[in-house]
Amino acid sequence: MRDVFTLSLIASTLRLSTPLVLAALGGLFSERSGVINIALEGKMLAGAFTAAAVTYAADTRLGLGAASPWIGLLGGMIAGLFIAVIYAVSCIKFKSDQVVSGAAINILMIGMPGLLSGAFFLSSGSTPQIPKDRLLPQSPWFIAIVILAIVAGIWYVLYKTPFGLRLRSVGENPEAADVAGVSVSRIRYSGVLLAGMLAGIGGAYLSIGQSSLFTRNMTAGRGFIALAALIFGKWRPVQTLLACLLFGFTEAVSIQMQGVFKLPSGEDIPVQFIQMVPYVLTIVVLAGFIGSSRPPRALGIPYQKEK
Amino acid sequence: MTKLARELLFPLIAVVAAFIVGGILILIVGDSPFVAYRLLLGSALSWPDGIGYTLFHATPLIFTGLAVLVGFRCGLFNIGAEGQLYIAAFATAWVGIKFANLTPWLLIPFCFAAAILSGAFWAAIPGVLKARFGSHEVINTIMLNFIAVALISYFVQYHYKERGDPIMQTSMIGEGAHIARFGKFIPGFPERIPLNLAFLLALLCCFLVYLFLWRTKWGYEIRATGSNPYAAEYGGISIRKQIILAMAVSGALAGMVGINEVLGYRYRYYDGFSDNYGFTGIAVALLGRNHPVGVILAALLFAALQHGGIYVDGFSEHVTKDIVQVLQGIIILFVAAEAFFKWLVGRRPSFQHLRA
Repeated sequence: MRDVFTLSLIASTLRLSTPLVLAALGGLFSERSGVINIALEGKMLAGAFTAAAVTYAADTRLGLGAASPWIGLLGGMIAGLFIAVIYAVSCIKFKSDQVVSGAAINILMIGMPGLLSGAFFLSSGSTPQIPKDRLLPQSPWFIAIVILAIVAGIWYVLYKTPFGLRLRSVGENPEAADVAGVSVSRIRYSGVLLAGMLAGIGGAYLSIGQSSLFTRNMTAGRGFIALAALIFGKWRPVQTLLACLLFGFTEAVSIQMQGVFKLPSGEDIPVQFIQMVPYVLTIVVLAGFIGSSRPPRALGIPYQKEK
Repeated sequence: MTKLARELLFPLIAVVAAFIVGGILILIVGDSPFVAYRLLLGSALSWPDGIGYTLFHATPLIFTGLAVLVGFRCGLFNIGAEGQLYIAAFATAWVGIKFANLTPWLLIPFCFAAAILSGAFWAAIPGVLKARFGSHEVINTIMLNFIAVALISYFVQYHYKERGDPIMQTSMIGEGAHIARFGKFIPGFPERIPLNLAFLLALLCCFLVYLFLWRTKWGYEIRATGSNPYAAEYGGISIRKQIILAMAVSGALAGMVGINEVLGYRYRYYDGFSDNYGFTGIAVALLGRNHPVGVILAALLFAALQHGGIYVDGFSEHVTKDIVQVLQGIIILFVAAEAFFKWLVGRRPSFQHLRA
């Protein structure tokens, strides 16, 4: 039992949580402003594919060397932003159903990387391998510091700046915010676009940090786990961080610990049951069995300015 | 403009607009949109393969499209058809294996019941959670999709796989549970094409869903809840009951995908068989404007694309079958953004200054 909680498990928990933290905290901006974000998965896929493609191109075609992964990261962020612009215009300007548009983005982004990689890399759905020294840093210390800095920054923006106050008020009571002179749609645009950038970075970390190429559908539902973490964390930054760490931990356990835990009967605990943990926890919390998780009041409702 | 023309107009515009955007993407990728689209759609009309496979692919999409439709009509968004159909397909196979020796007259109804009831059960969970605790069905159905996939993969891997089989699939169901393929009745239609009686069941379900929603009291109450829950409650309808009922009916419809897949096609449960049927069902329902007839038309379109995707993969230089998914996503975006087209139309110059 003792060697279960080794340093390597902690390190891999951190590594696996990073994309979740980025995407979930992105989702937090969007949802606290009142826009549902089931499109996190699609934005992560966009970020992951673009980051890998740009890093590869920067390294091999442009010869940018060690700067390549950072340019790739920027590319991933811009891709997430680009998708978020489409999503934001459709949800905020044209008042489409947010869940429907989100589902559309997710379906679109299952196909798009395959289509583009088929054209640019003559492969079906994956990018070429990127050499190890052209990836983002992997050190647990580095990751831990970056994650803490991001969470602290987001906490500060959300609770200590006028923008954060406006964002939260728009998500709770857009009519009141509007009367107070806040532009509801401008705040919601910022929320959704910030979400896209962060989810794009999260996706980028998946392809050029944890892995060394993009593979078909490589997020494998992480966008939805991030969404789950956001709900489990009750739409608050610090709790969301902890939820992401917990879900990252379950993933690390299911990868590393196969066959380590035994049932009393001597059989392995099937990995499938460990994989289910985040989803079951989310349903339980959402139902209010363990504390209550209340969404922002105006979540999912397009704002119609009174004429 | 007549009502029917208006109902057809927006979906048509959405599809055409999506094909234009898709065409631009194909150009960027480096192929000719015309060649790609001819491969994509032209193959669907050949006899017998094109038509046979298009109808075969349309079958699960009609079921999931109807499932999403019933949810929508009650104001619910069932993103969980994917999970419900996995649970149902496994349950169908389980009955088909456990009672393999029964006579077909009993075994086939048992298998049908397994598909329908297990799908209904899995969908009723988020229904109950919403009715009892008010938790959002979108989140819960997404979570239950992942739980379903993991749960079934556990059952297959640990309990129902044949010893030594490297493929994640169960053993075969009893022959008494097989339902006939079209090749049995139609001369010149080869039996290798898996189009089977489940397709007729899907058409029947379209009719039944129409009767249920528009000709029964329960259906009326579901629609009343969907169009205005406050008014419905004020009128004495129990919204909680309608939510659970609509989710269960929705799940039952999604579950019938298992009949097509297990009893008519593979004769076993094959892990990961669904080609995003549950999610494509969202596109089918929306494009079909949440009407059973629209669902049939939209399902045929997406099925034709799915079949054509194989030809695109094989015969075009750069474009891959991923274009199908891309088109689907764009179509939903456009259908959802009806306001976008109204805005486009509204931006025509009004020439009002000429009248002044």
